[in-house]
Parts: sequence; C-alpha cells; structure tokens
Amino acid sequence: MDIKNMKNYLYWLFCQFELITCSYLMEPWEKVLFYTFNITMLFMVLYTAYIYVPIHISTAFQFSRILCSKHETTYLVVIWTF
Amino acid sequence: MERPGRAAAVAGAQPRANGCSGAGHGTLRNGYVRRFPAPDTQVDHIVHNGGLYKRPFNEAFEETPMLVAVLTYVGYGVLTLFGYLRDFMRQWKIEKCQNATEREEQKDFVPLYQDFENFYTRNLYMRIRDSWNRPICSVPGAKVDMMERVSHDYNWTFTYTGRVIKDIINMGSYNYLGFAQNTGTCQEAAAKVLSQYGAGVCSSRQEMGNLDKHEELEKLVARFLGVESAMAYGMGFATNSMNIPALVGKGCLILSDELNHASLVLGARLSGATIRIFKHNNMQSLEKLLKDAIVHGQPRTRRPWKKILILVEGIYSMEGSIVRLPEVIALKKKYKSYLYLDEAHSIGALGPSGRGVVDYFGLNPEDVDIMMGTFTKSFGAAGGYIGGKKELIDYLRTYSHSAVYATSMSPPVVEQIITSVKCIMGEDGTIVGKARVQQLAENTRYFRRRLKEMGFIIYGNEDSPVVPLMLYMPAKIGAFGREMLKRNIGVVVVGFPATPIIESRARFCLSAAHTKEMLDRALKEIDEVGDLLQLKYSRHRLVPLLDRPFDETTYEETED
Ligand SMILES: Cc1ncc(COP(=O)(O)O)c(C=O)c1O
Repeated sequence: MDIKNMKNYLYWLFCQFELITCSYLMEPWEKVLFYTFNITMLFMVLYTAYIYVPIHISTAFQFSRILCSKHETTYLVVIWTF
Repeated sequence: MERPGRAAAVAGAQPRANGCSGAGHGTLRNGYVRRFPAPDTQVDHIVHNGGLYKRPFNEAFEETPMLVAVLTYVGYGVLTLFGYLRDFMRQWKIEKCQNATEREEQKDFVPLYQDFENFYTRNLYMRIRDSWNRPICSVPGAKVDMMERVSHDYNWTFTYTGRVIKDIINMGSYNYLGFAQNTGTCQEAAAKVLSQYGAGVCSSRQEMGNLDKHEELEKLVARFLGVESAMAYGMGFATNSMNIPALVGKGCLILSDELNHASLVLGARLSGATIRIFKHNNMQSLEKLLKDAIVHGQPRTRRPWKKILILVEGIYSMEGSIVRLPEVIALKKKYKSYLYLDEAHSIGALGPSGRGVVDYFGLNPEDVDIMMGTFTKSFGAAGGYIGGKKELIDYLRTYSHSAVYATSMSPPVVEQIITSVKCIMGEDGTIVGKARVQQLAENTRYFRRRLKEMGFIIYGNEDSPVVPLMLYMPAKIGAFGREMLKRNIGVVVVGFPATPIIESRARFCLSAAHTKEMLDRALKEIDEVGDLLQLKYSRHRLVPLLDRPFDETTYEETED
C-alpha cells in the first residue's frame, strides 16, 4: 500500500518536472537528449561532490584548528596544497 | 488587498448577482469612490456620473507568484533552446523542414520568417497546436460535438479519425444568453424569413440591398439601447475598423485602452489620428493623458485637438474586467471629449435587463456618444451595430465605408437578431429573455466563486461572464486543453501573442444555457485537473487593478 502510494507520488513529481521544464511537449528524441543532458549534469555534480566535499571538509576542519592556534605559515601551506 | 472587515460588510449588504435586485448598495473596495451612497437611497442616475458607483465594483487581479514566474521563464528557456536546435537542424537539412521558408530567389530580400513571432509559431505553438482550432460538428450550445483528430507528425498535420466526440460541455463559446440554438422561436422565425427573403441580397445598403427587415432591426436596436438611432452592419470587426476612420481623422486624438481589441486598434490606426494609450482601466492614466492633451494641444503646432475620442470596451475579453464607465463618463464630461464604447461582450451579458454596461451601472445611454456592439456573441447571430444621436448615425450612413461598400446583412441573420432582442426585451410576451439574463448572472457568480474557493487565480470582475483562469506555464496550456477534452469539457486556452508571454490562461465563457449540473461537472473536472497540473496558485492576496505593476513603456506616441 505504502509502496504504491510512494510510486504514485514519484510519478506525480515526475509529471510536475515534465510540465515545468516543458519536456512534456517534446518529441521522444528530444526527451532523450534532454534527459541525457540532465542526468549527465546531475551525475557530474554528484561525482564532483563525492570527490571534493570530503577534502573541503577536512581542510575546513584543519583551517579552523589552525586559526585557533594562529600559525600563519601553515595556514598558507594548507591553502596552497589544496 | 482584501480586508476581512470589508468583505464582511459586502456580504452583509448581500449584493445580488448582476444587480437583479434593486437593493444591492454594498460598500466599494477601490479607492476611487468619493461619496458613498447611503444604503437604499434611490439616487437619481444623473447624479451617479460624478464618479459614483451604484453597485459594488469588485475587480481584482492577483499578482503572479514569484516562483511561478521564474519557473515559467525556465520552461520558455528550455523550449527556446530546443527551438534553436530544431531550427539549426532544419537549416542543415538534418530534419525535414515543414514550415514556410524564404524562397530561393528571394534569399537576399528582407527576411520574412525570422522574427520572434515566427520562431514562436514554429517551435513553441506547434507543440500545443492541438488545443486550438478544433473542428466542431453540431450547434455550439451548452454542449457540442467535436470531430476527433490525430496527428502523426507532432501537430504539423492532422487527420480525422471519422469518430465524433459527443456531448462535450462547451465552456468556450461566447454564447452568453444561449441563443446559439437550432430549435426554438429564433430558429423558426429565421427559417421562415429565409424562405421568404432568400439568403442575401448581394448588394450594399446604399444601392439595392436595403430591406424592410434592416430598417426594423435598426429601430429595434435603437429602442433596445435607449438611443435615438442605430445602424447595423454585417460584421462586428468591420464596424469598428471602418467607422472609427469616419469619425476621427488627422488632427484628432484617440485615447485607447492598452488592451483594446484588434478591431479598435486597426480602426484607430486607419483613421490617421494620433493615438495615445492609457493603462488598462486606469482612470488616473486616462485623466493625465486628457489633461496633457488639453494643456499642450497638438505636438509642434500647439493647436488644440479637433476632437478627442476615448476608446473603451465594455468587458475585456482576455482579462474579464469591466470598464469603469461612471468614471470614464465623468472624465469625458469634464474634458469635453467623446466616448466610443465597444460593447461586443457586454451587450446582453450585463445589466439587470441585458442592455450592457450602461445598464449595469445604471447610467444614461445618452452619455455615451457612440455605442458600438456586435450581434455575434449574446444574440447568436453575426454583425455589429452603432447607436447614438440621430445626426451621428445619419452621418455614418453616408460616410462610413462599411455602409457604402459592404453588402447588406442576410435576412435570416437579421431575423435571428430581431427575435433574440425581442426575447431579451420581453416583447415576445414571455419572460424567457429576462430569465436568461438572470441565469447568466447567477451562473457567473457561482462559477467564479467556486473557482476562487478551489484556489485558482481568476482575473477580472466578479460579474463578468468571461472567466480567465491563469495557467502561466507553456506546458500547462497544452496539458490543460488535452486533459479537459479527455474529460469531455471543451475549453479555450490562450497564450502569446494574445496575452503577455508569461500570463497564459484558460478562458471560460459562461452561458445562460449551462445548467447547474453541467457547471458542477465542469467544476469537478477543473478541480481534478487543477490538482493534477498544480494550477492552484492562489494565495488569496488580491490587488486592485490600480496597484498592478505596469510596464513603463505604454505611453507610445504615433506622431507623423
Ligand atoms: C471587443 C470586440 N470588438 C469587436 C469584435 C468583432 O466582432 P465580430 O466577431 O462580430 O466581427 C470582437 C470579437 O471578437 C470583440 O471582442
């Protein structure tokens, strides 16, 4: 029951997406192009996030620690290595 | 903004639909009223012309929600990008080009198909074209039959399947009083006249085409409108576009509402007069233009204008708004200009006795110099009329192009108008006409109220039988038309260029022929489709028309 509701809800969300982006009006091959583009973009964003976010977080963490201890030189080194 | 206190006051005063009861003196919501009539004081109608409304004038336009506007632009952005892609493919012959293109031998001439409107037609309109121009195959009364059609090449061409979709509830015809019928007294009378007079005279009124039926019609229309004299023409559009040039010319000034119908715009342009445009239904803007016109006179020479003509419509068919006639008349009198009122949609549809906006506001018809209207809408016929002073009509009879060159109206059509006007006036001895006017007013109030409650954004005056429901996004235009047809309801959807590009809408036209069951069914389906397509944008924040943001560029002058 819940799963069916969920499926309906997802389908409804997808319809809204189609209506807002006007892919509802597109021909099949245009849809393929549009979705390929969108999915590629989404994938790339996620992948970038996966690669860089941990590094960013760890540098931010270090940075805050360095800031507390006020070691200007290491601070610069951190920036450059990143 | 609607304040609860005011709303309660209005509800307390119980304004009745379309002024059908005399006691509807509620409060007014717009800041324009200088004096309030005390409830149940019967004020003489001449007093009303000082910018005083006899009845509540509730006209509000809800702002476009910011998010919706942004998403609409996103949609148009995506479609435009794909449009460029398709155009590119057509150019390089990757895709078969089905639209009109420049001819080979005219390659170096001014391009014909490169402007935005052509781009729009080719790449955006084509995708949703199936919601327009649907062929019907029965009388377009409250219900209508449509021919089913399919497209195998994405709306470039259509083929008919041969099937008929029966009993679609017709929410799209301007059949305000339900006179579009193929039975009943009007049809019988018209059939009789057809066998007696034939279908047409093939000659203009000034030559041999003048029949006794035409004279009868003109007398009747003059009586119906309460003017001295009237003249009828075979086409409403030509009535406007050919008579305005006969009335004004070079050295005259036309003040025109920005949303006026194409026929008025064409007439104004053909006349050669200077045209200035005021903001839609905005009396401050009109007054400013009038003042400037009087103070500065004609450009360069500074001579006074020969004539100043104000062009307004009774009901605006895209916004569903009603003209602020009492104020327009007050301004017209103050600045001694002339008023041309196009009652195409309001005649028959407004006022306790169906005599249009003048009747609706309880004004004197003589205060409007030129009363124009069409028979195409409420009367279920074709043609237009002009009413006014006898001298004016006599002048037009001799000088107007559509009187000189157009063939006279077909007698059965004339008869249809005569019987329907008589029916509205009650001269056929029944109260059918009066009941229809009342029914339309009730349908209007009911339909508008229900749609508002459902949370749709509805434009216009609460008494206007034209009900625009805002859709905004381009995909929703197509989806709404298709989904409603699937549910056996015929609606009209409107997009660019008839409306501003982000304000696409569906337009319902109510009719006295709609029964409560039909309206309830239509409302139920609209509700369903509204949920499906997420059309319930309303946040119930109304802005009166005056506070609507307008472009700053509407003051265009056409000076030669
Ligand atoms: C305001 C206005 N004037 C004139 C016309 C033209 O009338 P007809 O359709 O009879 O030519 C229309 C009709 O669409 C209209 O809306």
